[in-house]
Amino acid sequence: MESSSRRRFLKVAGISALGAGSIGAKPVLNAFAATGGGHGEEKPVIKMVPNKDSLMGTRWAMVIDTRKLTSAGDLEPMIEACHKVHNVPEMENKNHEIKWIWEEEFKHAFPGKINRYIEDEAVSHKPFLVLCNHCENPPCVQACPTKATFQREDGIVMMDFHRCIGCRFCMAACPFGARSFNFRDPRPFIEEAELNKKFPTRCKGVVEKCNFCAERLAVGQMPACVEASKGAMTFGDLDDPESEVRKLIRENFTIRRKQNLGTMPSVYYIV
Amino acid sequence: MLELALKGTKRYYGWVTGLLLVAGIGVVFWLWQLQFGLGITGMSRSVSWGFYIAQFTFLVGVAAGGLMVVLPYYLHNYKAFGRITILGEFLAISALVMCLLFIMVDLGQPNRMLNVLFYPTPHSMLFWDMIVLNGYLFLNIIVGWNVLEAERNNVPPPKWLKPFIYLSIPWAVGIHTVTAYLYCGLPGRGFWMTAILAPRFLASAFAAGPAFLVLLCMLIRKVTRFDPGKEQIQTLGKIITYAIIINVFFFLCEVFVAMYSQIPEHMDHLTYLFAGLHGHDTLVPFMWAAQLLMVTAILLLINPNARKNEPVLAVACVMVFIGTWLDKGLGMISGGFVPDPLHHVIEYTPTIPELIITAGVWAVGFLVLTALFKIAIGVKEEVMGEMG
Amino acid sequence: MQKKLYNKNVVIAGLIILAVLATFPFWYNHGKAAPAPKPELTEKAKAAKECIRSTAYMKTEHMQLLDAWRDTVVRDGIRTYVNEVGKEFDMSLSNTCLDCHSNKEKFCDVCHDYASVDPYCWDCHIENPKENE
Repeated sequence: MESSSRRRFLKVAGISALGAGSIGAKPVLNAFAATGGGHGEEKPVIKMVPNKDSLMGTRWAMVIDTRKLTSAGDLEPMIEACHKVHNVPEMENKNHEIKWIWEEEFKHAFPGKINRYIEDEAVSHKPFLVLCNHCENPPCVQACPTKATFQREDGIVMMDFHRCIGCRFCMAACPFGARSFNFRDPRPFIEEAELNKKFPTRCKGVVEKCNFCAERLAVGQMPACVEASKGAMTFGDLDDPESEVRKLIRENFTIRRKQNLGTMPSVYYIV
Repeated sequence: MLELALKGTKRYYGWVTGLLLVAGIGVVFWLWQLQFGLGITGMSRSVSWGFYIAQFTFLVGVAAGGLMVVLPYYLHNYKAFGRITILGEFLAISALVMCLLFIMVDLGQPNRMLNVLFYPTPHSMLFWDMIVLNGYLFLNIIVGWNVLEAERNNVPPPKWLKPFIYLSIPWAVGIHTVTAYLYCGLPGRGFWMTAILAPRFLASAFAAGPAFLVLLCMLIRKVTRFDPGKEQIQTLGKIITYAIIINVFFFLCEVFVAMYSQIPEHMDHLTYLFAGLHGHDTLVPFMWAAQLLMVTAILLLINPNARKNEPVLAVACVMVFIGTWLDKGLGMISGGFVPDPLHHVIEYTPTIPELIITAGVWAVGFLVLTALFKIAIGVKEEVMGEMG
Repeated sequence: MQKKLYNKNVVIAGLIILAVLATFPFWYNHGKAAPAPKPELTEKAKAAKECIRSTAYMKTEHMQLLDAWRDTVVRDGIRTYVNEVGKEFDMSLSNTCLDCHSNKEKFCDVCHDYASVDPYCWDCHIENPKENE
């Protein structure tokens, strides 16, 4: 913990120096020089720092208790909360569909774990919530030729929409079908009244996916789906042994999607 | 030497105008695609690469196929190929131009293309593909141009060219290997996840590239005063025979592994391609046609008497070219995406605008090919004139 | 050896056409300089008196600032900007900049049009349509 917080401090200081330097102000280093040397006038200090109330973690993860989610109706609020807060459009053409979190039947969410003898109604037609797994070892990040998709220090696999060239290599690389491509401008497919003005939409030609609500964590909020799930979804830091997610994983049998591929998904399912 | 491409018969200009027209229509549709987005294509969330990337993959093979004339001449001192190495190199250049254009038309944000250079990412295979393709283009331009110029001036090629020539040989293998690595290193795509993908790509490349070259040689003999040579065409025929047999053999190895092991992630794609899956079978006739064409071509080529008969050889070459194109250009990419990682079967068919843009890129490629071959043959005719 | 210019007429005509085309923008726009734009401030912006940095700095450097912001926010998850007097701002185009400058047409666009630049920020970032009808 200690070393990681120091690393974060160093990183912030470094970014402040770099960021401020690149935008033309005299960076932190100069301020130090001014106070240390005692000559020259004191230069203003311009900094970029993390939000004070932001949630910090080193390995974010999610546990979905599928015992509490039995019908499509149960999943609806989470999907809606996510898609609304992130301005996910409702495309007319199924080919152009964009989704961050959605429902799949067991055989699609967990192909390879199909067992025809447990195929009673309860399991085979039960909807499972699926989303980006924020893999510890993400093949999409490996594939991206511009680092437009990358892994943050807290484990979140992010998209930098400013940098994406739309080659869709990440979509070929993702074994979970978690990524969507903007085959056309999504704006006309978001209801004006539904638009969340605080979050950007996307432009045509870039890939998008779940971001574990990085923008909400930054202001101290839990992911939108977790908030809407009435306790069926839990979010927390795997590196913190006291976290709620660790407790759930300790006390319940959990599975993850396609574990055999070694991508190490961060979304756990209690079945 | 460029001026040689500007002097031609009416027929030559007619052909060039036709190509320009097709390319122009392609550009118009591409502008539409830029404005609307890739939604004008048949690609989808499940099949996120389609016709463009398929053409790209196939044409990398055609470019690498040029190696089959360069290697025997420079490494084995097979003198007969000295006459046609330039054709192999120029074919590679035009194929590479098409490859790069296909990548470009496939991008969602082509204006940000240079991000690949601004943020170089060595763990991405696409980064390496960019390097090897541009490198191979560069090598072929340098080598092809200088060798031809030396031939025109009746002097041996400059000494400094040697390292570039030798480098271009492994480099040709490199371009198709890296292109295969785009696919075969992806977890969760069982169809592509095979160590034999790069060798298989190379085998089909060494069949398709030379097959196209044979057809071009025959055409050149017909419409110009330059004869690429009977022996040359026959040797290429032998190379094609080996390569296409190896290609089909590799394919059968794949079929065995997937079907005998019966691992669904590997088997389902082949089932989809050759028998259809859950009632989806658009590609089935094309895939069987591909195999039929390649096997028939083998039967024709393997018989020396048939192979030595040029019209038969020509037919076999057409079969090889179309067969490998269907196999690799159509089945390889779609086949890898269907069924998708969540095991949904969503099929892909290219749209008309997509086909028109594709035709436009091919037209540009043929335009480059026409101009380069015109120059090369112009030089050959000049040299022949001096000697004769 | 005698030097001779082949196809003299065609070559010279071609050169003249090239020269005309190359200089076209200069003589076409000659004497038609557009007046410098005057971006308008919203009431909120007027009341705030100063932007996150001095007006002169914002005028010349806002693009570099925004470029640094977008990288820092998206890639490093660092979202608070502290200016030289220690005032803190949320590093967000939509939620900070456009909250004050909610009159895109009269503030952003007038200069961008004048300078003939077309930033694509608004393709994704929603302009705060407070003053829009």
